[in-house]
Amino acid sequence: MPTVSMTVNGKPVSGEVEARTLLVQFLRDQLRLTGTHVGCDTSQCGACVVHIDGESAKSCTMLALQADGAAVTTIEGLADGETLHPMQEAFRNNHGLQCGFCTPGMVMSAIDLVKKNPKASETEIREWLEGNICRCTGYHNIVKSIQEAAGNMGG
Amino acid sequence: MHDFNYQKAGSVADAVSALKAADDGTVMAGGMTLLPTLKQRLAAPSDVIDLAGASGLSGISVSGGVTIGAMTTHAAVAGSTDVKGALPALAGLAEGIGDPQVRNRGTIGGSIANNDPAADYPAACLALGATIKTDRREIAADDFFNGLFETALAEDEVITAVSFPTAEKAVYIKFPNPASRYALVGVFVAKTAAGVRVAVTGAGDSGVFRASALEQALSSNFSASALNGVAVSADGLMSDIHASAEYRAHLITTMAKRAVTAVS
Ligand SMILES: Cc1cc2nc3c(=O)[nH]c(=O)nc-3n(C[C@H](O)[C@H](O)[C@H](O)COP(=O)(O)OP(=O)(O)OC[C@H]3O[C@@H](n4cnc5c(N)ncnc54)[C@H](O)[C@@H]3O)c2cc1C
Ligand code: FES
Ligand code: FES
Repeated sequence: MPTVSMTVNGKPVSGEVEARTLLVQFLRDQLRLTGTHVGCDTSQCGACVVHIDGESAKSCTMLALQADGAAVTTIEGLADGETLHPMQEAFRNNHGLQCGFCTPGMVMSAIDLVKKNPKASETEIREWLEGNICRCTGYHNIVKSIQEAAGNMGG
Repeated sequence: MHDFNYQKAGSVADAVSALKAADDGTVMAGGMTLLPTLKQRLAAPSDVIDLAGASGLSGISVSGGVTIGAMTTHAAVAGSTDVKGALPALAGLAEGIGDPQVRNRGTIGGSIANNDPAADYPAACLALGATIKTDRREIAADDFFNGLFETALAEDEVITAVSFPTAEKAVYIKFPNPASRYALVGVFVAKTAAGVRVAVTGAGDSGVFRASALEQALSSNFSASALNGVAVSADGLMSDIHASAEYRAHLITTMAKRAVTAVS
């Protein structure tokens, strides 16, 4: 079986995978990083979003082997010990989650947005969330969370 | 998903020889269409040959026209100041594809090779009269798109770049399906040295096509009012749960009018 090596949340990891193993399966099943979720099989829901070399990507639509050599960040890699990342903190403060299933993907996607567009307007935030589906919140508090976090992240 | 052999191509030539050597090989760009297709077991290739490490396939150059390497992502085209300057309609089209994560990994080469009947780039290629460059030849867009998911590419042929001539006026307007964001109808209007060309995606039974009635009306008078009363026939248009052929026919003229208004 092929071997894959990458850096996940700052730590070098490697493992044997099948060619068809998806990155999300490698993260969840082999590394036991189950914060990254799978909400669909059509690449549409965004529950699986992680960062690959700093860019948000759907880990359900990537082979583990495509991430060979990459730096991957998952939701588990954001907090600094007990201190939440400002995006996580803002979701908590603003009731930006209900069941929480979509939240890891929302947070990872939102961080990529704020990095690229620190002063994103409400419309730009809503447009950016095109690939993240939430069945609970109606998005309103998610948008509020991202606006607050953008301010706290220096935007 | 069935298993396969995964290979990384270091160059286009490597990819072509790997394709020739494989029983049933396929190249992979960002995997944004290929992986969902494999997950649904709609395809089961023996070998997947990853182009991500192949040299010389990404990048944008502007000299007269705009040339975009096959592996250039939608996000790179959407964000390129060169493309925004030379062909803003193309940057806008790329910005409207799918969602940010699809744009971060999906590529122009993959989109064109796949020729989804609702994909956006084929409309730009056909309306602007683009040239598709491969490892072995150059193919005019008029000869490239051959029906649903079919192109002029040989089994072992790899797209290297797409060259777009600039246009006096160019604009793309898409009526997105509210769930998938793919075009229910997308109309690309270009006023070029070769005349007015109007390409329609999302609507045709056999994929992207040129709307000759609209082209004729706009050739003599490039204004939205020239399209008043110009009907597109519903024959040969798709009917599905999202829209009937008649509704799509109506949308084509409506989108074309909005497109012309936007650049007038
Ligand atoms: C949720 C979602 C929403 C989307 N919305 C839209 C949309 O609104 N509009 C739109 O146009 N598209 C949309 N897409 C598709 C997207 O644009 C993809 O980028 C595109 O379909 C191709 O993906 P890719 O570049 O990753 O190619 P892949 O998936 O890797 O490959 C696709 C096909 O092209 C072949 N191929 C790839 N590169 C080459 C090459 N250089 N030479 C020869 N053959 C090649 C492959 O063998 C394969 O058959 C969407 C996709 C998803 C998942
Ligand atoms: S699991 Fe739904 S997009 Fe990845
Ligand atoms: S909080 Fe339940 S899906 Fe978003």
